[in-house]
Amino acid sequence: MENLKNIFNENPKSSLEKVLDIISTMASKPSGFIGLAILIFHIILAITSPWFAPYDYKAINPSLMLNAPSSEFWFGTDSLGRDVFTRTILGGRTALTITFFGSIIALLWGGLLGIFCGLVGGRIDDVVMRIVDAFLSIPWILAMLLIVSLLGTTTEVLIPALGFFYGKGIVRVARAATHDVIAKDFIVSAKARGHSNISIIWNEILPNVRDAILVEGAMRWSWMLLGFSSLSFLGFGVSPPTPDWGLMISNARGLMSFAWWAVIAPIVGLSSLIIGINLTADAFAKALGIDRSTKAPV
Amino acid sequence: MFFLIFKRFILGLVTLFIVSLITFIGVEILPGDACTSYLEREAFGEALAACIKRLGLDIPAHERYISWAYNVIQGDFGYSLSGQMQINEVLGPRIKNSLVLASAAIIIGIPLALILGIITALWRDKMPDIIISTVAIFSMTIPEFISATLLILIVAIWLEWLPGIVIVPTDVTFFELLPNIILPVIAIAMIMTAHMARMVRSSVIQVMASDYIQMAILKGVPYWKMVFKHVLPNALLPAINVVALTIAWLLGGVVVTEVVFNYPGLGRLVIESISNRDLPVVQALGIILASIYVSINFIADLLTLMLNPRLKTLQTRK
Repeated sequence: MENLKNIFNENPKSSLEKVLDIISTMASKPSGFIGLAILIFHIILAITSPWFAPYDYKAINPSLMLNAPSSEFWFGTDSLGRDVFTRTILGGRTALTITFFGSIIALLWGGLLGIFCGLVGGRIDDVVMRIVDAFLSIPWILAMLLIVSLLGTTTEVLIPALGFFYGKGIVRVARAATHDVIAKDFIVSAKARGHSNISIIWNEILPNVRDAILVEGAMRWSWMLLGFSSLSFLGFGVSPPTPDWGLMISNARGLMSFAWWAVIAPIVGLSSLIIGINLTADAFAKALGIDRSTKAPV
Repeated sequence: MFFLIFKRFILGLVTLFIVSLITFIGVEILPGDACTSYLEREAFGEALAACIKRLGLDIPAHERYISWAYNVIQGDFGYSLSGQMQINEVLGPRIKNSLVLASAAIIIGIPLALILGIITALWRDKMPDIIISTVAIFSMTIPEFISATLLILIVAIWLEWLPGIVIVPTDVTFFELLPNIILPVIAIAMIMTAHMARMVRSSVIQVMASDYIQMAILKGVPYWKMVFKHVLPNALLPAINVVALTIAWLLGGVVVTEVVFNYPGLGRLVIESISNRDLPVVQALGIILASIYVSINFIADLLTLMLNPRLKTLQTRK
């Protein structure tokens, strides 16, 4: 009955209303609400933090080395006398920006290549999937480290490299989703009408696989954030003195036996952001009716 | 069925062949060859010439690839640049150490994941499920280096129960290694268990909702008999492949964990060889880690085929 109603609905919902619908479904469960709240908090913080950061993030002051948290320095100071609170609230900006654009690149090339392979099939599909499998079997960290160490750790290198390495898993998802719709009548009739591949992808397949790909993209975002922070932690991400949580944890780790505040603050920042994105992605998947939990994190 | 196994095996070999091409071409097209990036400022004159000669960089790339691949098939990865050692000698103890770490994590992780996954599925949305699932979400989303750092901070520094950082020579014996690996094993097992438990949970829930289980309930099959005879065999089969993928995915996480604990395994070798720009070792590591990934998946395929009577005749296509 529900379907019939939609078919005969005089005023179909606009896309904005659909988006609002999905968001309100996501926020109706406690886990989704918490996830969305954390994510929105982090995004607002990342945008506005330069205006209310109390100190200069790169001001080194030897007389203030490793001060415990106080009313003056809320989260204490680090081994170079820099204010940990300032660096913590600024520490998510680079990571969020790089991984956000990286995810979009991953979504675009992974999604389109996957749909294309699923639609065309045959020899081309076989060859592409072999290559994707081969890339999947090389640990991302080895490949990323190699690229970054030879090309440098600038944003122009990191965004495309991350976008490429996190897109190969999307190829598989998009291809599988395409296989699910490819045999349906509307695709067959579009082919019979003589539509081109591009028109079929754009008008017939994309609207049907969009949900699956978007959910996968949201999940990739959190893994990419994890990957990027790991690179920073290993010293292959952003370069100092840029405040970044992974780098801050790595720097403060050696002294954490007496200056635990310098390591706890960035840990809370990074963990809460990753948990927020994860919960949001899960709620997003559930709102669209996709079960993600049976998949491996490839 | 044998044809299917054979096909999977060949596909695995093809994947490894492409990996070898990718690593070779990758190292080839990135700026700087092995010698200039290793020698850096001293890359001129005699030192450079000697290095080029030793690595055979003066012969064309395709010939170099063929001779390299030929040696690799025979188990010889050539010479490392930094230690002036055979790569095999460098790799041997590292592989052993990483294997100890990984197998300990797997031996603890898989049974624990099964138990937790089944508990959370059978008590779905009740207290045990809510508590375990929340803990699982935390431990699988938080990056390895954070959980490892927190473990060191709490267990090693604040409680002083275990050594926080592994300070042992690379070729240490197993029993000397044991107290040192407890924390790294916990760090790795935690994430692995969380991923797999969640997977087992949703697989069991799916089977519980199926018609034949509803039928068994209606027939009055005792609850636990039904769980063990009807639910678990059907729920755990699809889990094998995902467990394999999870283990393989963890290869990347193991690298980071090993660095945090200063553990002398393959992971730290990845970082060391990349920091030293020792490209022959990086190439060897690429092939070895990819082979581990491919073989884990192949074993999982084999297990699924052997345990699932329905797949014996069916041609499956991924």
